[in-house]
Amino acid sequence: MDADTIQIKAAWKILEQVADPEVPVLTVIDLGIIRHIDIVEHRLQITITPTYTGCPAMDVMSMGIRMALLENGFKHIEIKQVLSPAWTTDWMSESGKQKLKAYGIAPPNTTQAVCTPQSFQQEESIQCPLCNSYHTQLISQFGSTACKALYKCDDCKEPFDYFKCH
Amino acid sequence: MLTTMISNGSMLHTDSLIHYTLHLADNALILSQRNSEWCGHGPVLEQDIAITNISLDLLGQARNFYQYAAILIGGTASEDKLAYHRNENEFKNCLLAEQPKGDWAVTILRQFIFSAYQYLLYRQLAKSTDHQLAAIASKAVKEVTYHLRWSSEWVIRLGDGTAESHARMVNAIQDLWMFTGELFLPAPYETEIQNQGIITGVEKLQQEWITTIENTFSEATLALPTDTGWMQTGGKTGRHTEYLGRILAELQYMQRIYPNCEW
Repeated sequence: MDADTIQIKAAWKILEQVADPEVPVLTVIDLGIIRHIDIVEHRLQITITPTYTGCPAMDVMSMGIRMALLENGFKHIEIKQVLSPAWTTDWMSESGKQKLKAYGIAPPNTTQAVCTPQSFQQEESIQCPLCNSYHTQLISQFGSTACKALYKCDDCKEPFDYFKCH
Repeated sequence: MLTTMISNGSMLHTDSLIHYTLHLADNALILSQRNSEWCGHGPVLEQDIAITNISLDLLGQARNFYQYAAILIGGTASEDKLAYHRNENEFKNCLLAEQPKGDWAVTILRQFIFSAYQYLLYRQLAKSTDHQLAAIASKAVKEVTYHLRWSSEWVIRLGDGTAESHARMVNAIQDLWMFTGELFLPAPYETEIQNQGIITGVEKLQQEWITTIENTFSEATLALPTDTGWMQTGGKTGRHTEYLGRILAELQYMQRIYPNCEW
């Protein structure tokens, strides 16, 4: 392995420590927002893509990435944002989805079939992250953050967040 | 200020692209600001959160478009200067976006009309030959899909709800319909970049837009205005209703008092 490859590998490892400030169980790697890590003219270039265009957590995550790398000895860091291809919840890691569920947030369904503008449709079977029942209902398509919808479990009666498909 | 920035060297064909990008940014910013007036005042908590989430998405879109416009303009232009240092007559948003929030029916109807338009517009813009506009649009259309679904459901709920909610929707249609014509009337800068093949053109979206409106209205037991009558225009070229100045007075207050302040 050449020196660049070793550095890039080390950088990926470091980013596993950077958490999403709004869903702290997820790292930036779990979220799938890191598109590339490259060395360009001796600078470490991190290419990230935003989840939602207005998500205020993006700036915080960007700063978190820079801080973590600086703390670990990287000096020349460039964080580049790309919009295309647009982020999708399909890029969330499997371990990320499991962590979400353990945290009490229903992970996004993989099927994107229901991301359409048709009225009054329900996403198929959102499983309650607390009691595992599929007997749940949508309360609101918009929740506590841009990425979540609010659901209620009809069995255990608990309200919960669903990380909506995107 | 923008005029000076633009005249510093960009070529004419870029001017139209800048104006168009600002038009998209201003639409998103002004409607975002309007919707944010509901923060803490929504009819129920979930819907307060919903309308302000939509505001946040629109603000994100506005930022992306302003950032791109700032790159096209070059020099010292920045997203903040474009949002906070321009005057009323330099804003190119549609008149629909700046109208007062009114009651919940007016806000819902405006969001529905606008989201139906934005959904079609962004889908079309995602195929633009301008890669940055295409990237912003293909990202934003996912968010707008949720806005359209949410606002359609509310149009149906209110229109096909109680006598009171139905009457309020009818009033809202009367108040806002005159601002819908402008959405599909290209401004000179739009025509120019359309001629250059950068965009396909808004007038091509009108038929599909009307179909969307008609379908939801019919479920909502609301009548589509038959008299298309007199449509208000001017926003896209900087001639606004009295309401824009008041929005800017609030939106730009800090930057006007402490120019370039940061926090």
